[in-house]
Amino acid sequence: MKQAAKAPGRKEVSKESIRTFNNVTVPQAELDDMKRRIAATRFPEKETVNDTSQGVPLATVEAIAHYWGTSYDWRKVETKLNAYPNYITEIDGLDIHFIHVRSKNKNALPIIITHGWPGSIIHQLKLIEPLTIPAAHGGTAADAFDVVIPSIPGYGFSGKPITNGWGPERIARAWVILMKRLGYKKFLAQGGDWGAIITEIMAAQSPNDVLGIHTNMAGAVPPEIDAAAFSGAPAPSGLSAEELEAYERLSFTYKNVYYAYYMGSRPQTLVGLTDSPVGLAVFMMDFEPRYRALISRTFSGIPEGITRDDFLDNATLFWLTNTAVSAARLYWENKVPFFRPKGITIPVAVSVFPDELYEPPRNWAAHAYPNLIYYNKVCKGGHFANWEQPALFTEELRKAFRSLRKQAE
Amino acid sequence: MEKRKSIIASIIAIAAFVIGAFSNAHSQSSAGASPNEEIRPFKFHAAQTDLNDLHRRIMATKWPEKETVNDQTQGVPLATMKALAKYWATSYDWRKVEARMNAYPNFITNIDGLDIHFIHVRSKHPNALPLIVTHGWPGSIIEQMKIIGPLTDPTAYGGKAGDAFDVVIPSIPGYGFSGKPTTTGWDPGHIARAWVTLMNRLGYKKFLASGGDWGGLITDLMSVQSPDNLLGMHTNFPIAVPTELDNGAFTGAPAPAGLSDEEKKAYDQLSFSYKHVYYAFFMGTRPQSLLATADSPVGLATIFLDHDQPSLALISRIFTTGKSEGLTRDDILDNVTLCWLTNTAVSGYRIYWENKYGFFSPKGVRIPVVVSAFPNELYQVPRNWAEKAYPQMIYYKKHDTGGHFAAWEQPELLVDDIRQGFKSLRQ
Repeated sequence: MKQAAKAPGRKEVSKESIRTFNNVTVPQAELDDMKRRIAATRFPEKETVNDTSQGVPLATVEAIAHYWGTSYDWRKVETKLNAYPNYITEIDGLDIHFIHVRSKNKNALPIIITHGWPGSIIHQLKLIEPLTIPAAHGGTAADAFDVVIPSIPGYGFSGKPITNGWGPERIARAWVILMKRLGYKKFLAQGGDWGAIITEIMAAQSPNDVLGIHTNMAGAVPPEIDAAAFSGAPAPSGLSAEELEAYERLSFTYKNVYYAYYMGSRPQTLVGLTDSPVGLAVFMMDFEPRYRALISRTFSGIPEGITRDDFLDNATLFWLTNTAVSAARLYWENKVPFFRPKGITIPVAVSVFPDELYEPPRNWAAHAYPNLIYYNKVCKGGHFANWEQPALFTEELRKAFRSLRKQAE
Repeated sequence: MEKRKSIIASIIAIAAFVIGAFSNAHSQSSAGASPNEEIRPFKFHAAQTDLNDLHRRIMATKWPEKETVNDQTQGVPLATMKALAKYWATSYDWRKVEARMNAYPNFITNIDGLDIHFIHVRSKHPNALPLIVTHGWPGSIIEQMKIIGPLTDPTAYGGKAGDAFDVVIPSIPGYGFSGKPTTTGWDPGHIARAWVTLMNRLGYKKFLASGGDWGGLITDLMSVQSPDNLLGMHTNFPIAVPTELDNGAFTGAPAPAGLSDEEKKAYDQLSFSYKHVYYAFFMGTRPQSLLATADSPVGLATIFLDHDQPSLALISRIFTTGKSEGLTRDDILDNVTLCWLTNTAVSGYRIYWENKYGFFSPKGVRIPVVVSAFPNELYQVPRNWAEKAYPQMIYYKKHDTGGHFAAWEQPELLVDDIRQGFKSLRQ
């Protein structure tokens, strides 16, 4: 990957300098190699079922490969990325990449938004302008944010750790350092998937620095219920209808995320993912059924929140940065249960999207987050809500943090 | 005179055709067999273009960065895979094992709508006992080739004529040269029934069976389903963990009180194994999504190496030092290359999806059983567990060396167990 010449953000070229990272220009040879590999993909035979119960159907894979190999143009998203202010700074021995856009509106609240797996900064691009220039996107100046969008270590343009230890707790500490380095004494944080876990850990670790958080994948499952769901036990008695539904979805999730346990135990064994672009795309797509169905529809020509280019922008970024295995390693590093409360006392806003892995009932959220300032069940959207439904998502963030702005005044 | 000669010539020609259509080693006549039961000789010759393509792909492998640990706790170390890839691309020669395979009598026959490939070698000794030996994952008939000679031709391999076997070595559906099912239903129970059909078709009404891994489960199931056909069975993958202990190990619970030292060791081994086999659950739910291994030979090889921790440690040593340990570099690559050339990565995983049986809890076998307990198997079965799971256990040998791929790593030990174990059945 070619980087622009380093331009220190401060006079002294210290380790803490913030270097601009513009003009990402992937060598054409790399793009050609990728297309060659896609064209030369050796496919297995068709699944022996007529549904998705064995994984991504061959027909869908072939549709993806065909579009990716013949029509997809990486330069489009590369241009879009370069139009934003990208930076790299070294934190705790590792290069951290991020986009940083300051709003022109005074009193804009700073917010750091973290992606997950299989995600990247690409998932957040659609939010940047609505959050930083709200008046041009159905909002008012009073709802402005400064936005910081980092790449998790081992993902995208961030460095790949060479020693172990970069679990979500360390990432959370690095994010606080990052925001302070950008001049924000106090700030908000937002995330889904790993981003939600990192965000919630930040809130628990740094209650004096974080004003409040928003999560679209709440860690709000009571521990004994989480343990039961994980073990595949039948639902405990005494659950409300809403809790029961959440329990069933959670149970189902635990039985269908073996990719996560596999990545969490043997990330280095997934060499096929760095050597086969279509193999990588398929593995990334098969993350959970509703998302997979969404992408399937996208590639059969049924327009959804995510376009074919959106999906391939993300997959191509993983491919070009060779981050399939380094990204998997986060699962290996992690010791934190995904869905259990993290001990947060600061203000928390929760948006519940209907196609998320599970929908936490309000009482679970209230119990997990003693300072629950916002809870809303949104009408549409799934695990990658900010990507699929940016307008709805933006509206959630605006509403979620209004009460904190009043306090700040 | 000319007409009679030509008629006789025609008859001879037809007879020659009929005989030639089946291997010399085969006495099954085509007369009376319906086309579905035909047994066709089979040889495999990889297209040179396929071998060239494989070579190109290995050379073009795009590597991840090194693991962030200095051991195998994150999976197969990068250095191991680079050593493997280098050897595979520069020194390995598929034609060697291809010639060895083709030197055996290979056949294909259709059972239940699917082509089943197998090697069938009849011993020259009288009273040879027929034995069907089944591989597992990541395996193939290649694993069993080392035991063919010792079992069928014992006097040439330090044994006695009285210990001879006829050997049948099938490829599981979706593996090697067998057909790939196009519909669901080819689970281990179905395969077990097909294997009985196969042996009957070869003229063996009663026979022995042996296996490890999936082959072990299939062998157990054959014994339960068809006790009248099975004289006895041998396993190096004993399915003998008491159910409550199996459940505990699966959930990672600490060993319960009251276990002997031997039992506790087995329990801990099993617990450890369960934490290292998520590939099995992934294959069991999303086999189609491991497409990368159908497209990337080194990706395929990496998954093959990472079946279990002791096997990985062994194979890693073999590739990084170049020294054989029961297994050679060629052995390992023979097996991977066979899978690559037949494009059976995903069809091979699908048996995990089909399977509904527990891997380790007893299946209710009642027939005579010979047990080989190797120390580096997923767990080394204590004698009392084996006795309980196999009430008619006639032989039990606890070994000091050897792991999951016993026939492959330690063929002499395995053959010895089979010879000694089945002796009592010969009277």
